Amino acid sequence: MSQRILEDFQPGELTCRQLAELVSDYIEGVLAPPLREEIVAHLTGCSDCSAYVEQMRRTIAVTGEIAGGEVAPSTRASLLALFRGWAGSP
Amino acid sequence: MATKQREDDAALLAALRAGDERAFERLVDRHQAALVRVARQYVPTQEIAEDVAQEAWLGLLRGLDSFEGRSSLRTYLFRIVMNLARTRGVREARSAPFSSLVRDGEEGPSVEPERFISSPARGAGHWASPIRPWSQSAEQIALSDEAVATVYEAIEHLPENQRRVVTLRDVEGFGADEVCDLLGLSEGNQRVLLHRARTKLRQALAEYYA
Repeated sequence: MSQRILEDFQPGELTCRQLAELVSDYIEGVLAPPLREEIVAHLTGCSDCSAYVEQMRRTIAVTGEIAGGEVAPSTRASLLALFRGWAGSP
Repeated sequence: MATKQREDDAALLAALRAGDERAFERLVDRHQAALVRVARQYVPTQEIAEDVAQEAWLGLLRGLDSFEGRSSLRTYLFRIVMNLARTRGVREARSAPFSSLVRDGEEGPSVEPERFISSPARGAGHWASPIRPWSQSAEQIALSDEAVATVYEAIEHLPENQRRVVTLRDVEGFGADEVCDLLGLSEGNQRVLLHRARTKLRQALAEYYA
């Protein structure tokens, strides 16, 4: 995917369209250094892509907020019963 | 697997094998909600997902003696729940109500080509219209129930593969390696699915906030 979008990539000429396909890999830190540097250079001069990358980071942060959740007392009780049954079995 | 993780797992295993209820409760607090969320992706109802999570706990306990520590205890637990949920999902003839109808496209760009200028004379490849800033700060958005609900709903509508990857990576916080292992994906494929999912989730928030 990122390979295809970069087929016609020229150093120093990374477009917003190409960057949009690399943004997740960029945030992940898995891009090769030359490409990462291209992105950093592009972001310095492009407020739209800077906003886009920032919004992607916020999206990931919000997604992480879905995690968690209390264990209902009834669930806790039945899981503990299960554990006691297992621990007490030979 | 990091040394710290291995030591934590070893201590936890010893406690569980010794019948330490507190250790088991801590494990339940840490993983129960996530187990149900992951199971829910394969089975038709919340009740069945909770049932599957309970079976997974039993599976974990019964398998403790043969657990060799090749993966973390957490990855082991999630592998159990996913195997159980898959089997149960097939039996219940389920697939996600929306996502199974969506083509699981992994070809083509993740952002629509129309969002970019196509004419070389006008600067091909640049955004056709500005990225509109979001009306709330990063902190406000992260704390907003509406934002979380918006993303939650957008995840429900993702194609199945993207939904599974983004749930494990960005909701439950598994690393890329663990997700490849759990879902049987190549590293490249995992990255593509994650990218496409994140792009859609950002778009859902953008529609809400911009």
